[in-house]
Amino acid sequence: MFGDYSFSDLGSIFVMQGFAGLILFSVFVLMALGLAIIFGQMGVINMAHGEFMILGAYVTWMTSTFFQAHLPALFSIYFFIAMILAFLACGALGMFVEWAMIRHLYKRPLDTLLATWGLSLILQQLYRTVFGAREVGVELPQWMMGSWQATDSIQIPINGMLVMAITLLITLAVAYILYFSSWGRQVRAVVQNRVMADAVGINTERVDRYTFGLGCGIAGVAGSAFTMIGSTGPTSGQLYIVDTFLVVVFGGAGSLAGTIASAFTISQARSTLEFFTSGSMAQVMTLLAVVIILMLRPQGLFALKVRK
Amino acid sequence: MEIGQQPPDFLLAVDALTVSFDGFKAVNDLSFYVDENEIRVIIGPNGAGKTTVLDLICGKTKATSGSITFRGKELTKLSENAIVHAGVGRKFQTPSIYDDLTVFENLEISYPRGRSVFGALTFKRDAAVTERVEEVAEMIFLKDRLNMSAQLLSHGQKQWLEIGMLLIQDPELLMLDEPVAGMSVSERAKTAELLHRIIKNRSVLVIEHDMKFVEDIAHKVIVLHQGKILSEGSMEKVKNDPKVIEVYLGH
Amino acid sequence: MTANPRFFSRSELVGLGVLALLLVVILPMSLDIFRLNLVAKYLTYSFVALGLVICWGYGGILSLGQGVFFGIGGYCMAMFLKLEASSVENTKIQSTPGIPDFMDWNQITQLPLFWQPFHSLTLSILAVFVVPAIFAFIIGAAMFKRRVGGVYFAIITQAIAAILTILIVGQQGYTGGINGITDLRTLHGWDIRTDSAKFILYFVEVACLFGCLLVALFVKHSKLGRILLAMRDKEDRVRFSGYSVANFKIFAFCLSAVFASIGGALFTLEVGFMSPSFVGIVPSIEMVIYAAVGGRMSIFGAVYGTMVVNYAKTSLSESFPELWQFAFGALFIAVVMLFPNGLAGAWNEYVQPLIDRTFSRNKRSTSVASEHPLANGAPAE
Repeated sequence: MFGDYSFSDLGSIFVMQGFAGLILFSVFVLMALGLAIIFGQMGVINMAHGEFMILGAYVTWMTSTFFQAHLPALFSIYFFIAMILAFLACGALGMFVEWAMIRHLYKRPLDTLLATWGLSLILQQLYRTVFGAREVGVELPQWMMGSWQATDSIQIPINGMLVMAITLLITLAVAYILYFSSWGRQVRAVVQNRVMADAVGINTERVDRYTFGLGCGIAGVAGSAFTMIGSTGPTSGQLYIVDTFLVVVFGGAGSLAGTIASAFTISQARSTLEFFTSGSMAQVMTLLAVVIILMLRPQGLFALKVRK
Repeated sequence: MEIGQQPPDFLLAVDALTVSFDGFKAVNDLSFYVDENEIRVIIGPNGAGKTTVLDLICGKTKATSGSITFRGKELTKLSENAIVHAGVGRKFQTPSIYDDLTVFENLEISYPRGRSVFGALTFKRDAAVTERVEEVAEMIFLKDRLNMSAQLLSHGQKQWLEIGMLLIQDPELLMLDEPVAGMSVSERAKTAELLHRIIKNRSVLVIEHDMKFVEDIAHKVIVLHQGKILSEGSMEKVKNDPKVIEVYLGH
Repeated sequence: MTANPRFFSRSELVGLGVLALLLVVILPMSLDIFRLNLVAKYLTYSFVALGLVICWGYGGILSLGQGVFFGIGGYCMAMFLKLEASSVENTKIQSTPGIPDFMDWNQITQLPLFWQPFHSLTLSILAVFVVPAIFAFIIGAAMFKRRVGGVYFAIITQAIAAILTILIVGQQGYTGGINGITDLRTLHGWDIRTDSAKFILYFVEVACLFGCLLVALFVKHSKLGRILLAMRDKEDRVRFSGYSVANFKIFAFCLSAVFASIGGALFTLEVGFMSPSFVGIVPSIEMVIYAAVGGRMSIFGAVYGTMVVNYAKTSLSESFPELWQFAFGALFIAVVMLFPNGLAGAWNEYVQPLIDRTFSRNKRSTSVASEHPLANGAPAE
């Protein structure tokens, strides 16, 4: 399979495929971060996570349309405003869903899975009704298009670099919130011993609601970032949900470092394989490998051995 | 760690047993031996590793190193159900019964027959089963509640039911984790009577905090502290051991 | 209760009788062949729902990959029928006659090895039972021996459903791709597309369904059924009563897989094609909701739940497709939050007491006692 390429061509291909992998990695990380908070910290399966992401994408699309029509002067920076709006919209919806649905089902994780699946169907149809069944694409400001010519044969797209920068920023923020802020301590306290956390004066209901909201908000930001590299349709979210769950489980639920490491492994494996076989076979092979590894090592890559 | 050949007369031999959770040694180089028909009580402050010792013997927790032999069989390499088949029965600290089933069905499930998938499919409730279930139900004071859903039992009755589920299994080594905890005074007296009856002809390993109860039944006592044996011997001996008084009874 | 439990309780015998009356007499007499064929199609899903009652309701194992097994059964049958339809004389215009048309379109010149056994009907039917059982056994053994259950199991089975769909769609030349295996004609020369064949196949299917119902009832009443319930409640206690918990879970999962596969094979016969759209994540999770609507603990509920949901789907989605999507989503939420015991729960709570009061005043106490406490109890975790 290497026959047709010269050595330096191959080198460039690996760099560019590697970079394509890095962009996929960033999207995975962004999506998985929200899930890692909701699933890893709260143990809740949110099958509508992809739909939250799509909501973020639609918010971004609406913002871009609005700026184009009414504030063309500020179009070059609309993206950052869109991202904040996406976070707020998804976070608010997430908190509402937690209040209306999730909080009644904390003791029934499998039922949460079914109920959130129902939610995802409703959201999909809602998007179809409001935005139409066709996929929408976001127009990027001039400075985000184009690419950076690193060498003669290596091109790195600007929007890809931006996605990566945003991912890095949000990952650091989440790590800070979870591991260094007092609120993060409260979240972990509630996760480890709800009754005790309640007894020492932590408002566990509020912690649950904000945790869920934060996870959904981050999904919204992921959706927003996603518009830079792909178009958005009502069912786009569903395409990513299985991959994202596998990323979180593979990393060892509850471990942020694990989530990032596993997102990296899966995305790199897939984009490298994609070059040599068809896209669908690359996906099959990666998913299959992850499933087999999970069967052999169900606790994921990173997991603590704890006293039961 | 040198593991020598054990004299065959011990029913259970625990040798240099260690388990560590992320570096924390919950049980640390523990060795003790239980004779046939002996009643051994393990006491110790909270977090001493008592329950972990039972978990290790019944296979719930895997040992980091060391060995546990039961009638010459190495238990650390067996699966939980194989350990039960070897003759070790275990009662949990909180009553662990099947709420959705009746008292009869709870006992029947523990009856040692039809334990494989196809055995369970073809299991017949014959006279021997019914007789044995009724016999045990009588012992555990639940004869008139056989058809009651187990979730309706009181806390004490649930504890008895679990003891009954072990009895019907007829293990050679019975391990009880705080059998009288959370019981009323009268239930406690009845339980003591029940235990006195069932510990005949078998070895028993008990974890208990109730000192009067311990004094009442124990042949030998082990005092566990931070995963190690602090003192071992008759109740009289450990009671007067200054180390024990300092960490445990002195409180 | 101290006597040997009867093979079936009185209410179950009545349930079997009522269902038989409905499926064997009332529906065939009152529906035209088109509608009856539609019922037949719904009923194939009820095999899956029935498996889920055992596996999820009793065993507490939620598989979100039942479409995989439905698909295995369906494809096994479809491969046989396709080979029969692709005889040399039927396909002489192809560049390679004697192989399925989609292979020819994809420049495949020789029948792949894994298609060879499906020349034989016996082997194909055997495959409908054995392949899903082996597949479920491998997944189950890998997961349950390592104590993986609950949501992890659900996610992994879902991933497997996704993988299989992508694989089928991607390997067009070997599987027929996204369109599936279509244009199926005869079974040993018997044209399955005619109305009379559809009528006969409907009764074959009902017979298979009753066979599976009897197996499910037998399992429920055996000690294995009680062990499944016990395991769902206190897994450790069962383990330390000397049972290999993993083996019982594997059994429940394999049984549900075989049920689903039988349903899939019948689907191919009734509907005349098989495609990846019955394999993936979406159909798999929809089949869970059939069982949930019927009542996750209710064996008969699986059949009624499937029929009710599918009837609603057909009639609503024809006229109000948008509304149906909203209603279907709401159904998932409602059945979990408001009616966790589904139709069976509603029946036991409202209808059964009424029947008892009306018909057997003096026998009321015995029939209530013979109902399993769980039929009215809390849902599974």
